Amino acid sequence: MKPPPFAYHAPTDPDEAVGLLAEAGAEGKALAGGQSLIPLLNMRLAAPSVLVDLNRVAGLGGVEVDADGVRVGALVRHAQLEADTAAAEAVPLLGQGLRLVAHPVIRNRGTTVGSIVHADPAAEMPAVLALLDGAVEVRGPAGTRTVPAAEFITGPMETALATGEIATAARFPRPEPGTGTAFVEISRRHGDYALCGAAAAVTLGADGRVTRARCCLISVAPVPLVVDLTPQLAGGGAQTDEIDEAAAVAAERTDPDDDIHAGADYRRHLARVLTGRALAQASAAASASAAYTGADR
Amino acid sequence: MSTRMFGAPVQRSEDARLVAGRGAFLDDLGAAACAAAFVRSPHARARIRDIDAADAVGVEGLIAVYTYEDLSGPMAEPLPLLIPHPSILDSRTPYALAREYVHHVGEAVAMVIAEDRYAAEDAAARIRVDYEVGEAVVGIDAAVAAERTVHEGMADNVAAHLVQEVGDARAAVDAAPNSLELDLDVERSAGTPLEGRGVYARWEPASSSTGSDDGRLRVYSSTQTATGVRAAVAAKLELALGQVEVVVPDVGGGFGVKIVHPWPEEVMVPWAARRLGREVKWTEDRREHFVAAAHERAQRQRVRVGFDDSGRMLGLDVDLLHDNGAYLPYGVIVPIVTSTQLLGPYKPGAYRVEFRSLYTSTVIVTPYRGAGRPQGVFAMERTMDAIADHLGLDRLQVRAANVIRPDEMPYDQGLLFQDGRPLIYDSGDYPRMLEMIAELVDWPGFAEYRDRAHREGRRVGIGVACYVEGTGPGPYEGGHVQVETSGKVRVATGLTSQGQGHGTVLAQIVADELDVPLSDVEVTTGDTRRMGYSVGTFASRGAVTSGSAVALAARRLKDKALRIAADALEADAGDLEFADGRIQVTGSPVHSIDLSTVAVLSNPLRYAFDSASAAATQFSGSADYDRPPVAEGEAPGLEGTDYHSPLRCTFANGAHAAIVETDPDTAEIRILRYCVVHDCGNLINPRIVEGQVQGGVAQGVAGALYERMAYDSDGQLLNASLMDFLMPYASEIPSVEIAHMQTPSPLNPLGVKGAGEAGVIPASAALAAAVEDAEGFRVDRMPISPSELFELRRRHAAGGVPSVPARPSPASAPSGAAADAPAPSSPPPAGAAPPEGPDPSEPPVPSAREPR
Repeated sequence: MKPPPFAYHAPTDPDEAVGLLAEAGAEGKALAGGQSLIPLLNMRLAAPSVLVDLNRVAGLGGVEVDADGVRVGALVRHAQLEADTAAAEAVPLLGQGLRLVAHPVIRNRGTTVGSIVHADPAAEMPAVLALLDGAVEVRGPAGTRTVPAAEFITGPMETALATGEIATAARFPRPEPGTGTAFVEISRRHGDYALCGAAAAVTLGADGRVTRARCCLISVAPVPLVVDLTPQLAGGGAQTDEIDEAAAVAAERTDPDDDIHAGADYRRHLARVLTGRALAQASAAASASAAYTGADR
Repeated sequence: MSTRMFGAPVQRSEDARLVAGRGAFLDDLGAAACAAAFVRSPHARARIRDIDAADAVGVEGLIAVYTYEDLSGPMAEPLPLLIPHPSILDSRTPYALAREYVHHVGEAVAMVIAEDRYAAEDAAARIRVDYEVGEAVVGIDAAVAAERTVHEGMADNVAAHLVQEVGDARAAVDAAPNSLELDLDVERSAGTPLEGRGVYARWEPASSSTGSDDGRLRVYSSTQTATGVRAAVAAKLELALGQVEVVVPDVGGGFGVKIVHPWPEEVMVPWAARRLGREVKWTEDRREHFVAAAHERAQRQRVRVGFDDSGRMLGLDVDLLHDNGAYLPYGVIVPIVTSTQLLGPYKPGAYRVEFRSLYTSTVIVTPYRGAGRPQGVFAMERTMDAIADHLGLDRLQVRAANVIRPDEMPYDQGLLFQDGRPLIYDSGDYPRMLEMIAELVDWPGFAEYRDRAHREGRRVGIGVACYVEGTGPGPYEGGHVQVETSGKVRVATGLTSQGQGHGTVLAQIVADELDVPLSDVEVTTGDTRRMGYSVGTFASRGAVTSGSAVALAARRLKDKALRIAADALEADAGDLEFADGRIQVTGSPVHSIDLSTVAVLSNPLRYAFDSASAAATQFSGSADYDRPPVAEGEAPGLEGTDYHSPLRCTFANGAHAAIVETDPDTAEIRILRYCVVHDCGNLINPRIVEGQVQGGVAQGVAGALYERMAYDSDGQLLNASLMDFLMPYASEIPSVEIAHMQTPSPLNPLGVKGAGEAGVIPASAALAAAVEDAEGFRVDRMPISPSELFELRRRHAAGGVPSVPARPSPASAPSGAAADAPAPSSPPPAGAAPPEGPDPSEPPVPSAREPR
């Protein structure tokens, strides 16, 4: 449980960090919160020969909330974002997802952007980004670019980051008015990666009818699985039978595997149950928010 | 007279040190030692063609690489079969380092010594082992089928075979008016102490400044037996016992795995320290613990039972298949315990039990807290429920029909127990135990609660399970008690501590015997320098054996102190009493002498060092010039040593009841209440006993709902980490409601029985019964996960899993004694609070103390 030897760099300048990673190529790895990377190193499941510690790099911290949404710097810890009331008000799904991320001690150290870059198919924050149509800001040898969530995670533990690139921030857009969100999951132990999880966003029009509905499922596909359920729910009142039907549609889209913790059929079943629960909670939240904003219901 | 300490819920004296981080565990020692790492087999079955360390040579800090070829003499022989037994047909034990063959993933193949663990692991990773990979034998089915064998030169995989029979059980089952057959399955798990194993050794050569003729070896080990390790290491290294000292530091849990000795690493580290003349330390990491330590539990069981129309057993015929893993270093204790303790508090009528212990290409199986009892209780209690369902009777009533009555004690089950002695229960009140568990969980009130829950679309169920546990086996433990001239009392016993609180409990016993303040008593365990004769900490034996031994040792010290004090006070010893650290003429405190002064007088010196010896001079005038300064037959020093060697085990007992809720949609299983009635004889410290029960239940819940070893068919352990081996967190463990019974054991001076393992024993049986009750279909294998419950529901819906009939509503507790029985002496129920706190929308779970 000791890592193999590696060279360690702790740059302070973002371009220096990018340069070091570009130089290291496939042998380089960026370190932020270390909640996934360090165990992988200690178990010798990963053996990068160069580690570039981003923790001293300038300009990667900070949570910014503006009219568009919430911008989360690469060094922002889950706990810091969770405690940010302005961010929670702007994008409630952030808090709904963050409280499900592992345990407080891991959230104290782990970063939200790091979790997105790690791209575990069971992780919550990539799903939050995906459901909200967020984006990742990337800096590399060729300059900066912004990658939409749908293009950022390309497979299990795989992202669109090229060699030498680092994710500098994630952007979580404000949901449109009248939207309610929810995140529910089932894990074997409190704080474990979920057997299945479902985030949902339901938008109600001024008449209280559904105008848009989507869910994002984790642990049942290689990447966070976003399913647009607007066709099933639009124009309705998010009644139980409508939600059941929509949840079934979402479950059919999943492609879970058997593993030692749960069978594929059980995971698919959970996808249906949890999508239903998430949709119901999200539409209830949407009703509340619609009432709050004074929309005519 | 100070307050009596025996029986008081004293705070653990160890905790302030441990919770403040001042504990000293194995890895906290030996900062300057070089580090050992082991190259371990990645294959479950292979022949080693070649080991090539050439690539490792360049690793900076590398000191040595050893393989089997480097070993000679006893070190080159297989490790011992620790507990031989006539039932063992073919005993295979591992070598300290693999010799030609490996038989499970994780077996040590080579040892690397380097300046630190980083370098040691780097070098280990570069050692190339050329394996000729063979086919593994994984699981009981494959072991029984014996299409291939685990070991070379065996015709099948049967390590041991034993039949015990009382009466003609098969004829009794055949002749009974009712009979049932059950096939049951318990999966593999492990104790998983938070601190793994570890060994640190230091060799002091003969030429050192001590001037001794022989070298000396000091070994620190995270073990449950200091004296066992000492003897084993001395034998392997061909050293005299006097050359070896074993010291056990703080140990972060044992749960049985650390009673196994000597581990390969436990002889290799001292061997290397001596060979290199360097301090060497090995601290096991978590993955190593999963693949190279020990597991337990896996058994398949077939039960045939015959019974009359009241549910009373007439004959019981049990066939056990026990997976013992790749080797058998600890013998067949586990299946022997299962086959005898399966009977629990019941009279089986005629009984026949047969076990086959089987080799498989997996980690060895040795006792883990409960040591075969959880499996036995699972078999017996599932059978009790099946009898009740067959006859349409209440489940507790069927148990009441079968239990041994107090007037039948001592009760001889007619079998031989794990210690080779007759299985004779010494004491216990099992009918009362059933009444108390019914009261504690409100068994009669559950039907109404269930109906209410059903109306709300909720599924709830209740289950109960009972056990009897043979505790405190011999052969013996010793105690040494010494009063120093400072008045401090030093107590030593040879067995080790892994967090049980021996330091508190043994101090309570001695403080009472000598009537001194608890804070004046200091306890040392597991140090061969202080107590060379000992057996170890296992089988819930610490309080029974060492507790009794230190009490007897203290009494010897008292006799001596009285003789000296009588001289000093010019009084008759029979007129003296111990009071608050002094010995006084009974009822006359002015005529008294401090115990510290007696200690000074006990060791007449020519020189006065301190105020204590000066204070003793006032008594020296009474010296009798016709007697030597140390009386004939006496030894200097105020100390006493004695041993307790019990005639047989003491038998503790208890009953657990669980109420669970299963989610109709997600198949999640939630424990709403968990109740324990527990009888370990006289309680020395109720707080510590309750801690043991709570911790045991936690491991029981773990084994029932979370933990299992997931091997694939190649013998790879798929969940060798705490991320995938689901040791539950505090958030998964219910608060336990405990009611104590105290039926003293007649077999030891304190009237105590062991308490360390009990909590874990009936948990799988109780939870299986509760899930079965909630779901309405048979549950015959454990553990059970939500995914498996989901599958069972589908199979039940398809007709593949038998239903259980609707359970009758008992009018009252068994024996009808519930109504006027006194309330149990437990703390108020913690209730059904789930981890996140109670959901106010849910109706309360019934409680015995809730007004209805």
